[in-house]
Amino acid sequence: MELTGAEIVVRCLAEEGIEFVFGYPGGAVLNIYDEVFKQNKFKHVLVRHEQAAVHAADGYARATGRTGVALVTSGPGATNAVTGIATAYMDSIPLVVISGQVPTAAIGMDAFQEVDMVGITRPCVKHNFLVKDVKDLAETIKKAFYLASTGRPGPVVVDIPKDVTQHKTEFAYPKKVTMRSYNPVIKGHPGQVKRAVQMILEAKRPMIYTGGGVVLSNAADELTQFTRRLGFPITSTLMGLGGYPATDPLFTGMLGMHGTYEANMAMQHCDVLIAIGARFDDRVIGNPEHFIQDDRRIIHIDIDPTSIAKRVKVDVPIVGNVKDVLAEMNKLIQASKEKPDPTALKTWWTQIELWRSNDCMKYDHDSRLIKPQYVIEKLHEVTRGDAYVTSDVGQHQMWAAQYYKFDQPRHWINSGGLGTMGFGLPAAMGVQFAHPESMVACVTGEGSIQMNIQELATCKQFNLPLKIVLLNNRFLGMVRQWQEFFYGNRYAESYMDALPDFVKLAESYGHVGMKIEKPEDVEGALKEAFGMKERLVFMNFITDQKENVFPMIPAGKGLNEMILV
Amino acid sequence: MENEAGALSRVAGLFSARGYNIESLTVAPTEDATLSRMTIVTRGSDDVIEQITKQLNKLIDVVKVVDLSEAGHIERELMLVKVRAEGGLREEMKRMSDIFRSRIVDVTNKTYTIELTGAGHKLDAFLEALDRDAILETVRTGASGIGRGDRILKV
Ligand SMILES: Cc1cc2nc3c(=O)[nH]c(=O)nc-3n(C[C@H](O)[C@H](O)[C@H](O)COP(=O)(O)OP(=O)(O)OC[C@H]3O[C@@H](n4cnc5c(N)ncnc54)[C@H](O)[C@@H]3O)c2cc1C
Ligand SMILES: Cc1ncc(C[n+]2csc(CCOP(=O)(O)OP(=O)(O)O)c2C)c(N)n1
Ligand SMILES: [Mg+2]
Repeated sequence: MELTGAEIVVRCLAEEGIEFVFGYPGGAVLNIYDEVFKQNKFKHVLVRHEQAAVHAADGYARATGRTGVALVTSGPGATNAVTGIATAYMDSIPLVVISGQVPTAAIGMDAFQEVDMVGITRPCVKHNFLVKDVKDLAETIKKAFYLASTGRPGPVVVDIPKDVTQHKTEFAYPKKVTMRSYNPVIKGHPGQVKRAVQMILEAKRPMIYTGGGVVLSNAADELTQFTRRLGFPITSTLMGLGGYPATDPLFTGMLGMHGTYEANMAMQHCDVLIAIGARFDDRVIGNPEHFIQDDRRIIHIDIDPTSIAKRVKVDVPIVGNVKDVLAEMNKLIQASKEKPDPTALKTWWTQIELWRSNDCMKYDHDSRLIKPQYVIEKLHEVTRGDAYVTSDVGQHQMWAAQYYKFDQPRHWINSGGLGTMGFGLPAAMGVQFAHPESMVACVTGEGSIQMNIQELATCKQFNLPLKIVLLNNRFLGMVRQWQEFFYGNRYAESYMDALPDFVKLAESYGHVGMKIEKPEDVEGALKEAFGMKERLVFMNFITDQKENVFPMIPAGKGLNEMILV
Repeated sequence: MENEAGALSRVAGLFSARGYNIESLTVAPTEDATLSRMTIVTRGSDDVIEQITKQLNKLIDVVKVVDLSEAGHIERELMLVKVRAEGGLREEMKRMSDIFRSRIVDVTNKTYTIELTGAGHKLDAFLEALDRDAILETVRTGASGIGRGDRILKV
């Protein structure tokens, strides 16, 4: 039987086993929406802004490892989605974004709500397609899901002109697609893996540096086995948190611009660095010129060859899937008669403990003002470290990363690469849809939350019992911090004036609002909020306005040039 | 690369987005209609060339990338030059054209249009050799390249 393009879209999503489609209707996708209306295979979530549709699909993908799906109309719907797409692209998140397009005959005519979506998104997608013939539709959607989820994951856009959704063709969903130009490597090169293991066993001052790739490849178990068997110190980027339990003594904390003293010092002074699914970002190694001043050998495991030797030269490059490569290494290490030199390792740990004794994460516990760090520590306590935590972008994001000790992967959900304010709330919605029974907290700032605040309505409509933890410092805090440190305290446009009454705001959307002004009320408020299992609770914590994120490596400086408290 | 709409702009976009320079770029379909072949001339340190190669390979439409300069290769470019060909210049231009083994492919009583093929530096040399004022218009295709000997790039 022949199906219309719109029917085919819906059937393809069903074939892919999609549970949720986050979207917003409009002219170019009316045919598709009509089919969405008629089906019951997946649930459509109506957001209040297309950016939020993409972030929600993204949050869903990060929390589950499955591909997130968003559906938007042409023109403004498509452009609104772009920030979400770029966010997912920078953090390698698998998404399929379906956008409507004006009818094929109208393309290029400056038609109503026409925008060159394929052109606009080209630099921020893994790949994109414009489907000009309904006969290609099913196969293109199959390819989109295949590309999004394999190799280094990423967002894929499928742009579908309106007439294509009306045209009819025979429908058959391909079981498999292969593309001659796309063959991601899975297993590491055996010779390189052997060389790496040899180097690891000979290390005197080893350091394991992990990133988002560990989480993306679901390799937490392999990593834990690897690290514990060797007894090596381990650090993680912002994106890899949860890939190794943060409460474990081998874990030295996050590294980088706002990383711990011990992690950054160990990173700088190690003799063998094992980089696993991490891309030597500028917020991580600071100035590469400075980083390479100390001599060390580097093993780099990454599925994307372009991540390797992009910013620093490496000695043993291993292109492959983290999970497979680590499993192979674990086998070799277990089988090997050699062990890392225990005396050298002991001396190295003594040094690291010395760095650690600096206690770089200390903060004032006697303040009369609410310290943001304290709120996060209490959040960790009250949720027993079990919550999914999303965040927006700014100081609160760093405090959440530093003080919520993530022991499990896929529980820390934030925009690291693009640093998109407005990500937190819609991402939390996606997470809550994926895990309806779990605690989901959104740690945010009064600047960021206002960038997608309209989603409180979506939360109401779908009864999402999120817990919003607003660390309200009345400042674009991260901007203010830079202005304090590097711009002579000139707080240009970083004060957040005319803030709404967040309690009333939450209430007007049908949620519970709380305002917390004293340190002694923090724990009680969190307990009360998490006790309300069916309700969204918006907690407005009035925090110390002048608190800064420490440690901090100023941009362009080296890893051992940290500003400490 | 795949002979698909948009493939060229993905390559061009990659170069501009990552700040790589393109000296020239040529592209046309091959005997296999599903494939096009592109020759790009670019410059950079070994590290940059390595990144460019990897980044190109990463593009979904790109099937295979080789660095022709890693081994013997042949590079050819086509140029058409319209020159003044009046009075004394008429004989002079004919002579230059012969020396460079180019061909005069169009003639008027005032101009010659000369076709010249060769490596880029040969075309440069030809232009150098001409009197600047005699050159009315030039158009060059950019280089196409192929490996020497048995070396074959085939999918
Ligand atoms: C305000 C702010 C402050 C920040 N401060 C810090 C900071 O102090 N410290 C910090 O670390 N970051 C910080 N960041 C984040 C930073 O910008 C980068 O996003 C982050 O460091 C990149 O993490 P990553 O190296 O793990 O790479 P990711 O972006 O997570 O990349 C993952 C890597 O793994 C590879 N990969 C993916 N899948 C696989 C697989 N299956 N197998 C093998 N490899 C795979 C990819 O190819 C890629 O190279 C900050 C961001 C913001 C917004
Ligand atoms: C969309 C967007 N615009 C601007 C920025 C730049 N920026 C980074 S952090 C920040 C301040 C965020 O303020 P707030 O949400 O209140 O968080 P705080 O730093 O105070 O915790 C700004 C403006 C950004 N990251 N994203
Ligand atoms: Mg703020």
